[in-house]
Amino acid sequence: MSGGLYNTHKADFDTTLDLTRVKAYGDTMNDGKVQFSFTLPVKNDERGMEAARQLVRKMGVEEPNVAAAKSLDKEFTFYVVYGSVVHSVDYEHIHVETVEEETMGMEETDEFIREHFGRKIIMLGASTGTDAHTVGIDAIMNRKGFAGHYGLERYEMIEAINMGAQVANEDFLKKAIETDADVLLISQTVTQKDIHIQNLTEFIELLEAEGLRDRFVVCCGGARMTHELAKELGYDAGFGSGKYADDVATFAVTEMVKRGVK
Amino acid sequence: MESKLNLNTSLVDKARESASHIAADTQDFIDLHTTVTVERAVCRLLGIDGINELEVPLPNVVVDHLVAKGILNGGAAYYIGNAMAETGMTPQQVAEAIDAEKLDLSAVAAHSIEEIRAAIMPIASAATERIRGNVARRNQYLNEFGDKTDPYLYVIVATGNIYEDITQAKAAAKQGADIIAVIRTTGQSLLDYVPYGATTEGFGGTYATQENFRLMRAALDEVGEQEHRYIRLCNYCSGLCMPEIAAMGALERLDVMLNDALYGILFRDINMQRTLIDQYFSRVINSFAGVIINTGEDNYLTTADAVEEAHTVLASQFLNEQFALKAGLPEEQMGLGHAFEISPDVENGFLFELAQAQMAREIFPKAPLKYMPPTKFMTGDIFRGNVQDALFNMVTIMTGQKLHLLGMMTEAIHTPFMSDRAVSIENAQYIFRTMHDLGSELSFKDGGIIQSRADEVLTKATELLGEIEQMGLFTTLEKGVFADIKRPRDGGKGLSGVVLKDECYFNPFIELMKGGEA
Repeated sequence: MSGGLYNTHKADFDTTLDLTRVKAYGDTMNDGKVQFSFTLPVKNDERGMEAARQLVRKMGVEEPNVAAAKSLDKEFTFYVVYGSVVHSVDYEHIHVETVEEETMGMEETDEFIREHFGRKIIMLGASTGTDAHTVGIDAIMNRKGFAGHYGLERYEMIEAINMGAQVANEDFLKKAIETDADVLLISQTVTQKDIHIQNLTEFIELLEAEGLRDRFVVCCGGARMTHELAKELGYDAGFGSGKYADDVATFAVTEMVKRGVK
Repeated sequence: MESKLNLNTSLVDKARESASHIAADTQDFIDLHTTVTVERAVCRLLGIDGINELEVPLPNVVVDHLVAKGILNGGAAYYIGNAMAETGMTPQQVAEAIDAEKLDLSAVAAHSIEEIRAAIMPIASAATERIRGNVARRNQYLNEFGDKTDPYLYVIVATGNIYEDITQAKAAAKQGADIIAVIRTTGQSLLDYVPYGATTEGFGGTYATQENFRLMRAALDEVGEQEHRYIRLCNYCSGLCMPEIAAMGALERLDVMLNDALYGILFRDINMQRTLIDQYFSRVINSFAGVIINTGEDNYLTTADAVEEAHTVLASQFLNEQFALKAGLPEEQMGLGHAFEISPDVENGFLFELAQAQMAREIFPKAPLKYMPPTKFMTGDIFRGNVQDALFNMVTIMTGQKLHLLGMMTEAIHTPFMSDRAVSIENAQYIFRTMHDLGSELSFKDGGIIQSRADEVLTKATELLGEIEQMGLFTTLEKGVFADIKRPRDGGKGLSGVVLKDECYFNPFIELMKGGEA
């Protein structure tokens, strides 16, 4: 194992950027450098290190270098491995579904609502299913908001109702009907073994079974959410990390106008 | 301890006095009532265990029976004792007979209170003796291995499967963890019964059952003996079964329990009357069993702002201290909570954290303070997360926090991997070593940022406690003073399980446990 701080290898690859063949970047274009950390359920010895190298090689990485190997228990070892990934991606031909609207500020959104609806828009939010975390839905809904973006409760023209965490899908729908909500916001923060996917799917199925899918604009959010995944699951939009109340509000009200909601 | 903050002690006294009045006021209400889970806890301590054919725990069978017959007001001990005096059965046999519909507790001929007590008190004493034995066993371990004077490293396991939890817990203990908390499965706090047996299915955590407690206890004793350290076990004595979990924990020698009614009211929407009554008995049990309780003030800052609402944390710590004293819980077992939750964007945020932690240390000098890591501003950027956790570790070692819940750099991504825990333990051990005596080397500038911040928070907390004293605790919670969350007095879950005690009511365990030191 060589290691060392400085890369003394002469770059014997083409260092011009080609967006149809994008590779990971360490400190030289197209060097393909990536870092891994993982645990193997094996003893910390030479054989374990070789296992780590082989595993990384199978992921398409050349010259895997085990930078650290640390025993976590007798039969568990933690590895940090570096290497150069051989694969590349065609960046030019990637199409990603994103929420396209230009995000409006709070006052702008309030004005938009006054102009198009002349009434308050009712937005109901919750962290549903078994998820006990309210941090996501709070960041969007609480008056204070998050990272300088005011929450929906602060919008004059939005009636924001936050049901908190661990709300059953059935109860959420019941409340949506009861409050005559326009927009439903579902947050899934930390979930285990992809239970959030199942839970999100269930809610859409529930809406469809009741014949209510078109009655609401339905959005979901969470650290592991993407717009594309949300669309796939049958939602109108999905908001991942770096999205705030203004993004959600903008999408919801413009979608309502598109649908001709009064 | 020398004060670094130059705190205004007359304000501290005033705040404490207000909190004491508020607790006394609430205690008057508590003393008049009992609840279904308080009575189920009595059943459990009397040795009633197991489930029926429909998997209903027998303590629920007995208490549901008392409710159905309209006699819960007399308490489980009275009616079970009466049936024992009449039939000579054990409490377990009484429970089984009720389940088989062969016994109706409301139809048993009434015996004198002397006869009832003669039947029940020896059984109750046997349970308290068992718990005394557990306390002695813990002390024996601590005498043999010594106890840690530095902060306890507290980590969580949360696989959902008790056997997988054991693998993770043993590894964590070997890496240096001092307290293992088994996170409960999502939603358990809202169950009005305690599941039975070893469990392997749970979401975001593992069911708290007496068998799971026993399995984990045995595993930690085993690893503790190898490592020559006593590894403490923590669980969650909150939700709708607070005193039952306390009873199970006392019987299986748990060492630390989350135990805070305010937390359940605010964050789990449990009815305030119900859970304050439940909290009282659970704290009596925890006190007797030598269990360190953890309070949940840290959670306020996950919804409310840590800079603006810091005084609500301190106010709540004062309240929790007084409620604990009412239950006979010594200061040495009060793990009052707070958290490192100021946004990384706030200039001098670290100084404010230091002020808050030092203030808690000075105001509650004997309490093993529980300090929670950053969660709200953990983003998934694990590299920054590791720095945030390092800063949090520094505050602990500089201010003598005791129950140090390790931050995970993968917070907000997934429940911790085995390696996340190892990275976290190493981070803390490194900082605790390299900065070990920094706190005692430093004094804070008179009238500087840190002292002024502590003074501001203390002043606001004292004012708030004065207001709560006027309003009463229930009204305060209705107004949303804590965590920006409003809860109605008659709202939330579990109110139907609250009843007034009648004149025959007695709880043998409050008598036995509050009277005697374990």
